[in-house]
Amino acid sequence: MRQRFISIWFRHLTTDWCIRRQPVLRNAAFVLSAPDHGRLMVTAANAAARQQGIDAGMTVADARALVPHLQVLDDQPGLPVRLLTALGEWCIRFTPLTAIDPPDGLILNVSGCAHLWGGEEPYLTDIVTRLKNTGYEVRAAMADTMGAAWAIARFGKFSPIIAPGEQFAALLPLPPAALRLEPAAIERLHKLGLHQVRGFIGLQRSALRRRFGAGLLQRLDQALGLEREAFLPLQPVEPYQERLPCLEPIVTGTGIEIALQKLLETLCARLRKEEKGLRTAVLEGHRVDGKIEQVEIGTNRPSHNAGHLFKLFELKVPSMEPALGIELFVLHATRTEAAPSRQDAFWNRSGALEDVNIAELLDRLTGKMGPGIVHRYLPAEHYWPERSMKPAADLQEKNTAAWPANRPRPIRMLPRPEPITVTAPIPDYPPMLFRYKGKLHTIKKADGPERIEREWWLEGGEHRDYYCVEDEEGRRYWLFRSGHYDVNKPRNWFIHGFFA
Amino acid sequence: MSAQKADIIAQLQKDILLLQGLRPACNSGVVDVGLGPVKNAFPGATFPTGAIHEFVSEAAEHAAASAGFISGLLGALMQNGSVCLWISTSGTIFPPALKAFGIEPDRVFFITLQREKDVLWAMEEALKCEGLAAVVGEVRELDFTASRRLQLAVEQSRATGFVLRHQPRRLHATACTSRWRITPLASQLEARMPGMGFPRWQVELLKVRNGRPGTWAMEWFAGKFRQVGEHTMVAPQQPVRKIV
Repeated sequence: MRQRFISIWFRHLTTDWCIRRQPVLRNAAFVLSAPDHGRLMVTAANAAARQQGIDAGMTVADARALVPHLQVLDDQPGLPVRLLTALGEWCIRFTPLTAIDPPDGLILNVSGCAHLWGGEEPYLTDIVTRLKNTGYEVRAAMADTMGAAWAIARFGKFSPIIAPGEQFAALLPLPPAALRLEPAAIERLHKLGLHQVRGFIGLQRSALRRRFGAGLLQRLDQALGLEREAFLPLQPVEPYQERLPCLEPIVTGTGIEIALQKLLETLCARLRKEEKGLRTAVLEGHRVDGKIEQVEIGTNRPSHNAGHLFKLFELKVPSMEPALGIELFVLHATRTEAAPSRQDAFWNRSGALEDVNIAELLDRLTGKMGPGIVHRYLPAEHYWPERSMKPAADLQEKNTAAWPANRPRPIRMLPRPEPITVTAPIPDYPPMLFRYKGKLHTIKKADGPERIEREWWLEGGEHRDYYCVEDEEGRRYWLFRSGHYDVNKPRNWFIHGFFA
Repeated sequence: MSAQKADIIAQLQKDILLLQGLRPACNSGVVDVGLGPVKNAFPGATFPTGAIHEFVSEAAEHAAASAGFISGLLGALMQNGSVCLWISTSGTIFPPALKAFGIEPDRVFFITLQREKDVLWAMEEALKCEGLAAVVGEVRELDFTASRRLQLAVEQSRATGFVLRHQPRRLHATACTSRWRITPLASQLEARMPGMGFPRWQVELLKVRNGRPGTWAMEWFAGKFRQVGEHTMVAPQQPVRKIV
């Protein structure tokens, strides 16, 4: 069967994308820039900037000299490939076989697709208008070979559709650059006065190989269809989703659980095969009356253990209201992560942080009580007591600093310091007496002060002078005076914690 | 003949302990929590791991002392790199202080819940999980049924459970292996040294199943428990004071 290809050329891929994201940029002159050899180079410029003579390859300083109010945005490395992949996946609506053609193109294998749109012309028009409507400036062409479609899309002046077998005639008036040659070969061809393909296409092959290398012949053959060219279609990731339609509407909890079990088994089998684990999953129940009931679960580490996931859902199933009945269940793993299968130790359960049992226990606790109840703390490098620890993001996070052990810290800390009244003999001495919650404590032993300065770059306020004190019954407290001793401010003493 | 009888009695005592759920830790190795003379109060002169211990406290200072004492025990139980859970409704424990009791604070999960009922549920669920070194739960009331549930969970998983009861209204009989009360004692320093000494507690073992209750003065010194003064082993005469 004869192959047909479409090549799509995004003339200003990255700048069009920027305008799509920030429509205010449409009328402003802006460029994308990336550092290169210690200076900023323009990597792409939008239409307004090009009108003023700015183009890719200039330094940003030169461009700013031309246009003083030029906006300079940072270029992201790998952005074109990301954009092309997304666009290529969108183009699967036109043909199942799409491939990216970096740095600025897409290639679609459209053999046998065009008749569904009523012919090649409406088909190509549809592709181009849809892409233009989303904001991309594109040119597209259709031909028998990828090379010919590429050439016509970029350099063609007449019809974008090359009829089957006509690519030889279509290539003749094009410049040598249309053949996707190396820059050195193009330059040499121009130097010899060969400004069009027709000037050298009829030359002897051996002469061409000798003068311009085998690359030229290969590109020529590819464009003419004499040599096959590799086509690597994009393979979109299939969503981790399972559906279970029911013959009769389900109205009971047991029924929902049976459906859930079936869905989880198939989903987990697939996840296990692909060495993936889910972090969040949603179960949707489509009701007879058109409403959708849904419950969501989350796990602490990627899991494909059907039994465990079932337990998590089991806690949530009573909140689903079947009403007249649920006729379709959809289980969707909204977030998945790689979970390489490991060999579990059969004996010697370490019980450390890596233990799967503990992760599953924490999942059950958060599943039942709601998120935000489990806290694990890591040391933070701050002296200020309230900031000396920070919550860990997940089970895997390791502490980067050591826990300080050289300063006494109370085992129980009040959520916020509470004011006390004290009798202190002289400035900077620990108090003799203090009254807390109406009870008088006589201090027998004391240690301090330990002055902790407020971190002025984080918040303003007074420093604290901490004292560890012990009263006549052996009860130990952590007190502090906020700021310096001041006769006029007697109420600046606080209790902050209890020592063991 | 009498020797034979003694053998039979010893065997029967062992059987009774087993029936009561006090299994001696056989293959996992006995964990020495470093309690020194206190362990003689327990059957078999070993601190029972894989059991529920109840701590009673009345004032906030006593709760802090109990937390310190439990942290000392946890430090020994978590030696092998395992983790523990601390379940409460208040969340007043200050993690950096745990380092002084030999615990890596990042291996403790603090679970803060709204209701006491939830704490008991979470504690039971956690005690069923194999691989945890210990679970600490702070609740006010613990009735016999709840303590029995915890005990049954512990018998399966061999984790150690600590129930910290702050200002309990009533002290019923529970299925816990022991009931403790920890109160702070004045610390002592070398003569004429300034500052505050090492944490010192009066450790009262009010009830212990098949053991002998008693009272000791203990100190946390250089990462270990240390007995100070004469040890007194007396059965408490009057029951724990009820708080009206």
